[in-house]
Amino acid sequence: MKVLVPVKRVIDYNVKVRVKADGTGVDLANVKMSMNPFDEIAVEQAIRLREAGTASEVIVVSIGVKQAQETLRTALAMGADRAILIEAASDVHTDIEPLAVAKLLAAVVRDEAPGLVLCGKQAIDNDMNATGQMLAALLGWSQATFISELAIEGDHALVTREVDGGLQSIRVTMPSIITVDLRLNEPRYASLPNIMKAKKKPLEEKTAADYGVDVSPRLSVLKTTEPAGRKAGVRVASVADLVAKLKDEAGVL
Amino acid sequence: MDFGLSDEQRMIVATTRAFVEAELYPHEAMVERTGHLPMEVIREVQAKAIAAGLYAANMPEEVGGAGLDTLTWLLYEKELGRANYALHWTCVARPSNILLAGTAEQRERYLLPCVRGEKWDCLAMTEPGAGSDLRGMKATARLEGGDWVLNGTKHFISHADLADFAIVFMASGEEDTPRGRKKRITAFFVDKGTPGFTVRDGYRNVSHRGYTNAILEFDNCRLPAAQVLGEAHKGFDVANTWLGATRLQVASTCLGRAERALGLAISYAAERRQFGQQIGKFQGVSFKLADMAMELKAAELLTREAAWKFDQGTVTEADMSMAKLKATEVLAMVADEAIQIHGGMGLMDELPLERIWRDARVERIWEGTSEIQRHIISRELLRAVDG
Repeated sequence: MKVLVPVKRVIDYNVKVRVKADGTGVDLANVKMSMNPFDEIAVEQAIRLREAGTASEVIVVSIGVKQAQETLRTALAMGADRAILIEAASDVHTDIEPLAVAKLLAAVVRDEAPGLVLCGKQAIDNDMNATGQMLAALLGWSQATFISELAIEGDHALVTREVDGGLQSIRVTMPSIITVDLRLNEPRYASLPNIMKAKKKPLEEKTAADYGVDVSPRLSVLKTTEPAGRKAGVRVASVADLVAKLKDEAGVL
Repeated sequence: MDFGLSDEQRMIVATTRAFVEAELYPHEAMVERTGHLPMEVIREVQAKAIAAGLYAANMPEEVGGAGLDTLTWLLYEKELGRANYALHWTCVARPSNILLAGTAEQRERYLLPCVRGEKWDCLAMTEPGAGSDLRGMKATARLEGGDWVLNGTKHFISHADLADFAIVFMASGEEDTPRGRKKRITAFFVDKGTPGFTVRDGYRNVSHRGYTNAILEFDNCRLPAAQVLGEAHKGFDVANTWLGATRLQVASTCLGRAERALGLAISYAAERRQFGQQIGKFQGVSFKLADMAMELKAAELLTREAAWKFDQGTVTEADMSMAKLKATEVLAMVADEAIQIHGGMGLMDELPLERIWRDARVERIWEGTSEIQRHIISRELLRAVDG
């Protein structure tokens, strides 16, 4: 079984995010970029499936600017077998919307015929949390989102989902689109020997046009602003005082 | 001219830094406070370093290393250099390149176990009476019935307490040279436990807590000829061939620590408020940051250029001395100014600055003092004119 893992190049989680002066978005020029951390967890899981003999090949795909190649190389260095880069933008500030990404991924799925697509539950840049679900809809496949445990047993998978009230266990039929949450695993370091080998692994370069998918935006960003700064706190004299303020002033109790 | 890093180099830096931050930093406070790195910590971290392919990555691929070129190896050294020295040196060991000079049998017995993390090596040259003037060494090796007999004392021998064997340089006779009569030097492998070989605790050092030094004593220590590393009386040639880049290694580890200190200073200057504004807005602080960053960049460029030339085979002694001298002096400056920016807090051991500052001191002394480096640089300048 092939496993397909889409990976997104996003602003590094350690970077202090700044809004561009014109308010059209976050400033990404000369900023450290990394693999979306949830995608890293998906890559790790796919490699573990291959190491366990459940998967035969791990294919990573990234959609965006040419520099996303770096993200793919990182996935290859972690242990993925080959990569596909779909160039769909030339400006690093262009964010391809989830529906266009899902359509491109659906086209890749038709070409590659994987038995499983493992995605990060969302990208940390725009937090859309939509691509996996849209891809499942486009393909007519089962889906399991926010998973923290995964066991594949023949033509179905048993997964544990992290939902608001706790943990939910479900069974999905394969092939499936599974989106991963933080606690599924701890991604490995790209080891030095694997980093050196990554260069020799195949990286196929495509464009959105090759798949006949229109990636022009359907959404328009009106304004981007930084979150309001934290307001000064107050000291309370007693627990009773605190409870009263939480009830009456903050309205959270 | 291309100053950029390749994809591989970028990933090696990222992986090494992630490892150092996640696996070494958490143990630093304990090692600094106790001056001791416990074996169970070594084994735990070492296993992770081996799994990540970071262990002994300085070695060629055919003996189990990562097969890095000099520039890439030094990028990796820089990231390791951020952390407490005992932690990175012991848990992510880089066996001495000189082990590559051994015979097939010596490689099997000494080099490969070091690469696998089963043994540690140490290098013994310095003596109480022979520091920069190595040829002044008094410890001797003489031939006796086909065996070598070693006598004398070595000191300041780094991590000899932990090491399973030492590579020891001994005066093995004298020879006439165009510049007068000089001592001949021979290098030997000496295993711990060899009769007549004793390792005693060394001195307590202000720099690199937990990274010990020891005193080695040889009292009629008898070795078979097979223990000679390289050829008899050619110890200096072996050292010059295989230990050439160690100055660049010192430079790189210093760059890592200086970058860490600068990072802390920048964050603090942006967060700390006095007199109603960030202290980084005061010119007294902001100009310090600018100078620290500029000097650090200069040192890094010198080091990278020397590394690049090392791989091209065009590096000179002066190139390596300049990099070592600049990087070690920049570290001292950056560590000192980072503490100044932090004020009193910079001296407290809650932050890594006080130790980076202490650790900086030895860097201008070992692997050739700053004065020796200046001597090497100026000698090369004058020789060009003077012949």
